[in-house]
Amino acid sequence: MMTALLEPCMVIAVLLNFYILSVSRLKMLIVVVAIQGVILGLMYPIVHQGFAPTAEAGLDLIPLVRLLALTIAIIAIKGSLIPVMLNRAVLLADIRSTVTSVIGFVPSLLIGGVGAAIVFVFAQQLPVSPDHHSPLLIPTSLTTVLTGFLILVTRREALAQVLGYIVMENGIFIFGLLLIEAVPILVELGVVLDLFVGVFVMGIIVHHVSRAFPEASTEHLASLKEL
Amino acid sequence: MFSSLSLHTIIHVAVALLFPPLLLGVINRVKAVFGGRRGQPLLQAYYDLWKLMHKDSVISQTTTWVFLFGPVVSLATGILVALIIPLGHASAPLAFAGDVILAVYLLGLGRFFTMGAALDTGSAFEGMGSAREATFACLAEPVLFIGLLVLAKLTGSFSMIDVLGDGVAEAWSGATVALLLVLVSWFVVLLVENSRIPFDDPNTHLELTMIHEVMVLDHSGPALGMILYGASLKLFVFAALLVRLTGLAATGNPLADWGIFLTGTIVVACLVGVVESAMARFRLPTIPAALVGAGVVAFFGFLLVMIEL
Amino acid sequence: MTNELILVSGIGAILSGIPAAVLPARFRIGQALSALVLVFANAVGGYAVFQRLIQGPQAAVTFPSPIAGARLIVDMDGLSAFFLVPVLLVTAAASVFGLEYWKSSEHPQSFRRVPLFFGIMSGAMTLLVVAQDGLLFLAAWETMAVSALILVAAEDHIAETRRAAWLYIAASHFATLCAFGVFTILRSMTGSWEFGVIENAHGPLAAIMAALAFFGFGTKAGIMPMHVWLPSAHSQAPSHVSAIMSGVMIKMGIYGIVRVSTFFPDIPLAWGGIVLGLGTVSAILGVAFAIGQHDIKRLLAYHSVENIGIIVMGLGLALIGRATHQPAWIVLGIGGGMLHVWNHALFKSLLFLGAGSVIHTMGTRNMEVMGGLAKRMPWTANCFLIGAVAICGLPPLNGFVSEILIYTGLFRVLQDTPQGPVQAAALAAPGLAVVGALAAACFIKVVGVVFLGAPRSDRAATAHEAGRAMVGPMLVLVLCCVAIGLLPAACVPLLDTMVTSWTVGADGIPSVGTEFYLTPITIMAGLLIALCLAGCLALRWRGIADAPRGLTWDCGYAAPSPRMQYTSSSFAEMLVKLFRWALQPVVHAPSIRELFPQRARFESHVNDTVLEKAVMPAVRGGLWLVRWGRYFQNGSLQAYLLYILAIIVFLFLWQ
Repeated sequence: MMTALLEPCMVIAVLLNFYILSVSRLKMLIVVVAIQGVILGLMYPIVHQGFAPTAEAGLDLIPLVRLLALTIAIIAIKGSLIPVMLNRAVLLADIRSTVTSVIGFVPSLLIGGVGAAIVFVFAQQLPVSPDHHSPLLIPTSLTTVLTGFLILVTRREALAQVLGYIVMENGIFIFGLLLIEAVPILVELGVVLDLFVGVFVMGIIVHHVSRAFPEASTEHLASLKEL
Repeated sequence: MFSSLSLHTIIHVAVALLFPPLLLGVINRVKAVFGGRRGQPLLQAYYDLWKLMHKDSVISQTTTWVFLFGPVVSLATGILVALIIPLGHASAPLAFAGDVILAVYLLGLGRFFTMGAALDTGSAFEGMGSAREATFACLAEPVLFIGLLVLAKLTGSFSMIDVLGDGVAEAWSGATVALLLVLVSWFVVLLVENSRIPFDDPNTHLELTMIHEVMVLDHSGPALGMILYGASLKLFVFAALLVRLTGLAATGNPLADWGIFLTGTIVVACLVGVVESAMARFRLPTIPAALVGAGVVAFFGFLLVMIEL
Repeated sequence: MTNELILVSGIGAILSGIPAAVLPARFRIGQALSALVLVFANAVGGYAVFQRLIQGPQAAVTFPSPIAGARLIVDMDGLSAFFLVPVLLVTAAASVFGLEYWKSSEHPQSFRRVPLFFGIMSGAMTLLVVAQDGLLFLAAWETMAVSALILVAAEDHIAETRRAAWLYIAASHFATLCAFGVFTILRSMTGSWEFGVIENAHGPLAAIMAALAFFGFGTKAGIMPMHVWLPSAHSQAPSHVSAIMSGVMIKMGIYGIVRVSTFFPDIPLAWGGIVLGLGTVSAILGVAFAIGQHDIKRLLAYHSVENIGIIVMGLGLALIGRATHQPAWIVLGIGGGMLHVWNHALFKSLLFLGAGSVIHTMGTRNMEVMGGLAKRMPWTANCFLIGAVAICGLPPLNGFVSEILIYTGLFRVLQDTPQGPVQAAALAAPGLAVVGALAAACFIKVVGVVFLGAPRSDRAATAHEAGRAMVGPMLVLVLCCVAIGLLPAACVPLLDTMVTSWTVGADGIPSVGTEFYLTPITIMAGLLIALCLAGCLALRWRGIADAPRGLTWDCGYAAPSPRMQYTSSSFAEMLVKLFRWALQPVVHAPSIRELFPQRARFESHVNDTVLEKAVMPAVRGGLWLVRWGRYFQNGSLQAYLLYILAIIVFLFLWQ
């Protein structure tokens, strides 16, 4: 029953990737990335059925509570903490409200689409065990990583790069869902750590960059190049 | 090939010719309700057509026959397409193998001559409108075709009888997500091709920002009536595509099918009205991105269909 | 008989230019006689094609060749017959057009050599498609290429023309070199120059042969990365020459590819994929480049790249069909592609002739100074408009028929049995849709800017209609476009003969007419025309004919000027921006700094990115690499004689 929800979640995650690639308003970008985070948070308990109550073992409360707590934590951090912090950063550092792209939005969207196609074909060839949850899991995660990468490479603004980093991390998170039954604790630790790293990076970079360069555009870093 | 003349054919022709202007009235009524007004009568478009057909016209002196041929072709192609695509019954009066392509290209022919008529006036505004129309059509057509690929893959056919008939109704159970994506992307195409908000504002007062309306600024009287009628046909055709795509109008009971179909087109018109009331017009540079986005969504649907089979 | 007849036709065409070259210029009788001879020779050829169609295969005509042990073979098979139709029709039409377009009084330097080489080129193409051995093929090929060079360079006092001619001959020689390679490999594999299926065509040698054929003949055809010569050569040549170059000569490249593909008993899937992919790229980028042009003939030339792309897409689909043994894909692909060869020959030469008629009266190829010509030259304008509708693939004309065949084939890929990666081929269908929409955008731009609206210059305001010798050929071509559009089923017999000849020895190849039932197209076209007529009558009934005339409304502006019209550049601006990544438009825009800026100029160009960013740097790099070779080219005759001696000695020792 639950896995039926998994595929729509992943499809929405991929569609959000495309939307992320075409959004030019910074606030909208933050919101969309947050929505993606929330969807990932929802995917976590769906995949994590190994801890669901089974007939033989009966209702075991502790894993269930842990599952719920982690889910809520993921959703809270990805869906509320990060966007709130980012919005504060926008306010404090007085960053321009639009994102600009080095190659333009239409080409980056097209590259995203072609990239998704390549990833989907590539994922078909991967020798993964057939009992994993969905044929979409790996391509979704790789597409998300690719999207994050594209944002990192093509967007000029520092804040957009932070968002790109978060998207990339979302992709890795989806990949982590694959291993969730094998090494649950590792994955969960990784999740939490990743989130903290994201917040740290965001906080530190934006504050430093905003102090030095009010516009927070990474292109200014080019002036450090030796002539 | 051609289905014999039957009750369905008669209903089809009658609906295709008489029903479309109603959709314009529905959209305007929905917008009026959202705006807190009472709004014009639902049948206003019919009154307008009647009025325009009885008006005199003034023709620009720079123009040639192309100027008058534009409205004629847009109407003729609109009627023909409405007779090609399936409505409340899977087989249309003029259905044949490859009818999908013909329908899309007929709309292209109508657009070609509408743009020609606009350029014929020598007006800067109308040139601007036709340039925009040409550009956005280039982005909208592939979306339609990618959607068709999904349908062809799912139904194993590519004439409209199967693609938009029983075949698609069966396909919904297996490929819900992909078909939903196609539905969404085709709705975007409907908005673009019929010059609705957020791509174009049919009621704006600023010629600089228009697309379709600015192309027909110089037409008046019966020619303008033909354009209006042709536009309503086009809207009807796209609404019909969407309704057939949902597969709901393939219950097997002819009466129910026609009922569902007609209700469906009105629902689509209501949706257009809701979108128009709820959204602002896109900035011009955003439109290509939105259309490419719709294409990517449809393409993703195609990917899903390709890997899951 | 048919093979002898076609031989006579070809030789007659080759000789047809002699009267124009030798008779006195004053009475223009020489030119007229030349055109008459060419038309007659082509009519004989047409009769031969007709006879071949009803009589079936005939005994080949053979000659002993100058090279020992080989023979020259002339035999018209289905493929030859199919390609002969556009060759014969279009060259005849264009030669009549040339009578008035290239008058001796207006072109005193070249009025003799243009008809002379025009005839040679036409005849060479006739012989080229009926040659059934490598030697005759190469001879005809090179004759065609060189006579085309002389025709391109007709106005060789213009520097730009000379550059175009150089570029053309360089590309053409690359193609010839590849063709030599192809037939040498053929000889080494079969032991003879004669065409036929190579039984043991496997391994790297076969792949090299196929690659040489595709890239060599593809250069002639103008497939996308190899198209670099085409825009400048087509725009610099006289218009009736551009018409046969674009309408027919580049099809000889397609013919080469198609002919060589019959040599291979089985085709790897990858070849079909590559051909389909490059065809799609060619079609999309060709039309994208076309949109950015201001020069009407350069624009048409880029459209040739596009249409060649569509043809190659059909061919690619057919090759995929052969690799996967799908008769339906084969028939629809090759049928659609080859029908597009006909169609493109018809409407592209029609458009070039129309452009020639405009250029003849305007004296320039720049569209930005034209406008409103439809009022002054209605025949040309209406012929051009019909050609434009046809080239966009819109119903009810011929372009639509070939495109719907290819579409049907591409959609069949999704429906038929072999699943898997091969079905990605269907993605070419949305590509074709983009091409269609872009072509429509581009041609409404041309028609709108050149023929509609108000004249943008004095010259355009005083333009005059072309004479009968120019309008006549255009009307013939228009008739053919309309005929194929309305009655596509009439082409099926020749198409079927062609398909049979292309799929040598394959069983179970259905007819094009059964794979795609063409009669509905006729009915639909008839209905469309009837509806349009009814609409026109309705307008007339509402008294549109006596409607008062006024100024263009133009949002109430009372003094509109022609300079306010949308120009070709402004029309194309958004699309050029969308394809900025490929077109790399060059924009010279003034930077406005003060409140009351000075007079300023704005200019934008779309140059050929492949030529400027890839080919020219590669050529310069190549020249740099071989700069030491200059040492041998020192201008001393004695040294050159020494080289010859050295090589002779070397050959003796090597043996």
